[in-house]
Amino acid sequence: MFAEFLQYLLSGLTIGAIYALAGLGFSIIYNASHVINFAQGEFIMIGGMAAATLTASGVPLPLAILMGCGGAMLVGVLVAKFTVERARNASVVTLIIITIGASIFLRGVAELVWGKDFKRLEAFSGETPINVLGASMQPQSLWVIGCAAVLIVAIGVFFNRTLAGKAMLATSHNRLAAQLVGINVKRVVLISFALSAALGAIGGSVVAPITFSYTEMGIMLGLKGFTAAVLGGLGNGPGAVAGGLIVGIAEALGAGYISSAYKDAVAFVIILLVLLFMPSGLFGKRGTERV
Amino acid sequence: MGKRLLHAAAAAATVIGTVTFGVMAGGVIAGTAVAAEPVKVGSILSATGPASFLGEPEKRVLELYVDRINKAGGVDGRPVQLVLYDDGGAADKAASFTKRLIESDKVDVIVGGTTTAATMAAVPLVERGEVPFISLAGAVVIVEPVKKWVFKTPHTDRMAADKVMEDMKKRKLTKLALVSEDSGFGKSGRDEALKAAKESGIEVVADETYGAKDTDVTAQLTKIKNNPNAQAVLVFGLGQGPAVVTKNYRQLGINLPLYQSHGVASKEYIRLAGGAAEGVRLPAAGLVVASQLPDSDPQKKVVTEFTKVYEDNFKSEVSTFAGHAYDGLMIALDAVKRAGGTDKAKLRDAIEQTKGYVGTGGVVNMSAKDHMGLGLDAFHMVEIKQGDWTLVK
Repeated sequence: MFAEFLQYLLSGLTIGAIYALAGLGFSIIYNASHVINFAQGEFIMIGGMAAATLTASGVPLPLAILMGCGGAMLVGVLVAKFTVERARNASVVTLIIITIGASIFLRGVAELVWGKDFKRLEAFSGETPINVLGASMQPQSLWVIGCAAVLIVAIGVFFNRTLAGKAMLATSHNRLAAQLVGINVKRVVLISFALSAALGAIGGSVVAPITFSYTEMGIMLGLKGFTAAVLGGLGNGPGAVAGGLIVGIAEALGAGYISSAYKDAVAFVIILLVLLFMPSGLFGKRGTERV
Repeated sequence: MGKRLLHAAAAAATVIGTVTFGVMAGGVIAGTAVAAEPVKVGSILSATGPASFLGEPEKRVLELYVDRINKAGGVDGRPVQLVLYDDGGAADKAASFTKRLIESDKVDVIVGGTTTAATMAAVPLVERGEVPFISLAGAVVIVEPVKKWVFKTPHTDRMAADKVMEDMKKRKLTKLALVSEDSGFGKSGRDEALKAAKESGIEVVADETYGAKDTDVTAQLTKIKNNPNAQAVLVFGLGQGPAVVTKNYRQLGINLPLYQSHGVASKEYIRLAGGAAEGVRLPAAGLVVASQLPDSDPQKKVVTEFTKVYEDNFKSEVSTFAGHAYDGLMIALDAVKRAGGTDKAKLRDAIEQTKGYVGTGGVVNMSAKDHMGLGLDAFHMVEIKQGDWTLVK
């Protein structure tokens, strides 16, 4: 009985860690530019595809991940530069739709570059299951959870301890004031896209041995990441992380104890409930606007 | 503003799923323009979109073989013209392209319909337009009940289920746990497996499902692991899902025999699942195990030759889906020869009278009651050993 519960919990934690990374990516970009970037899932896809294809052609794994990460950051900056920045004065809804367009475009390009088939990436440290009190997990799950934890801490340090991070926080609080004290707001937006892309790409490459990589792997992960960000309160970093873990665990428990048929519905039911009852999320600021 | 933005974003999130799947579709017209009245073969395939792993090889095969046939002099001296449209995996597009094939392209026969959904969308149109239609999709509903103008080449999920039950009985296993994908293929497979189990006296003790894009199925499998009655597990799915199930299955250390459906009968499955696929059994068409068929097998020659032509031309592994397209085209053109032309009613009758056609899917014997014409012997039970298929004796 307990082993069963633990098994669901471990499955939920693994996938939840990836949702958390994706959710964090949404939050960072939202903070800097008030754009909800639906191309976030595509950053994950780029990381996963690059890692799988590069290692298959003989590149050592760490280098392949770095290259995927660099590639995704470049794509992120280009998306920011050529779509979001150019349409700066458009309404937020228009900007969101632009990012959806960008995501479809990126998927199309990826299909041309990498083809339509699934790619396999070897697990980082073998596939012998680890036994935890009667439940079992793949060693790769530890990689996923570990990487997510390290990245989340690193992002926290970046925002609270470095000047660039503080500048980004300042921009999110008050764009005009930030500009007045000499922060280059445009660059903040670019950095936020690069940062989110890097998060996504690393997440994509550590999760690829579990999920396989293919050009559409980012769609669901991106949507779940969005759910995580909304659940935690858009723009709230720790909230997005908690949101990701909650969504992941809720899905696994739902599939285990209720019915696996409604697994994906769990995330979307959560998002509906949040929108209805607490639109600012679990940890978000109350939605009053200062005048 | 925050709240309004959220609502907009949530709305966007819900549309995104539908928008992203298969927005692209375009018509491609291939073939050769020649003087003699051509035999017009129409086709709708899902060459792009989520079902492109099925549609793309089908498209290649149709184009390649139409070209080869024309170079060899055509059918009864008439060239073959292929009119091909890509439905992008959307059933509504499949319907409008079928309409165009019938009304403006005025094709003689249609070979296509990559998915069951696309096929079923085209069925009422070909029935009304009275054009013979050979579908390349799997589900039983296409030919049961029999529709006057509709035929199909692939094996049905019912046959796959029957084959698995047959093998289970041989191994004296009577209690089955079912895991199926929530896709059209998986749902139809689940229904057929339940029926097949009932008829062969096998008890289904668990009935789990998973999403086509799920990355983790351990929750469902844990339930099966803790079910004391299960003696074997059958998975019905396509693409990467079954590979995820297989990996999770080994991760949890479940020791029951694992069966997959014919949906994963391609090397890609073995590649994705890696070592976890060892010992998995599944029903597969002769094409998959071409090199292992005994020389006495009637299919040996056809499948070996098709494999060679396909792999030489496309430098990629042959798939059963490619074979379905080949069979469809050959059955259609063979019927044109026997009907002595392209009169649609005569052509339809000729297709229905197809007897002893040896294709990549098996030996086809159609009749007024059977518009598919394959027997259970068209499937071979194979087991994965050392990363390759082995025929189960």
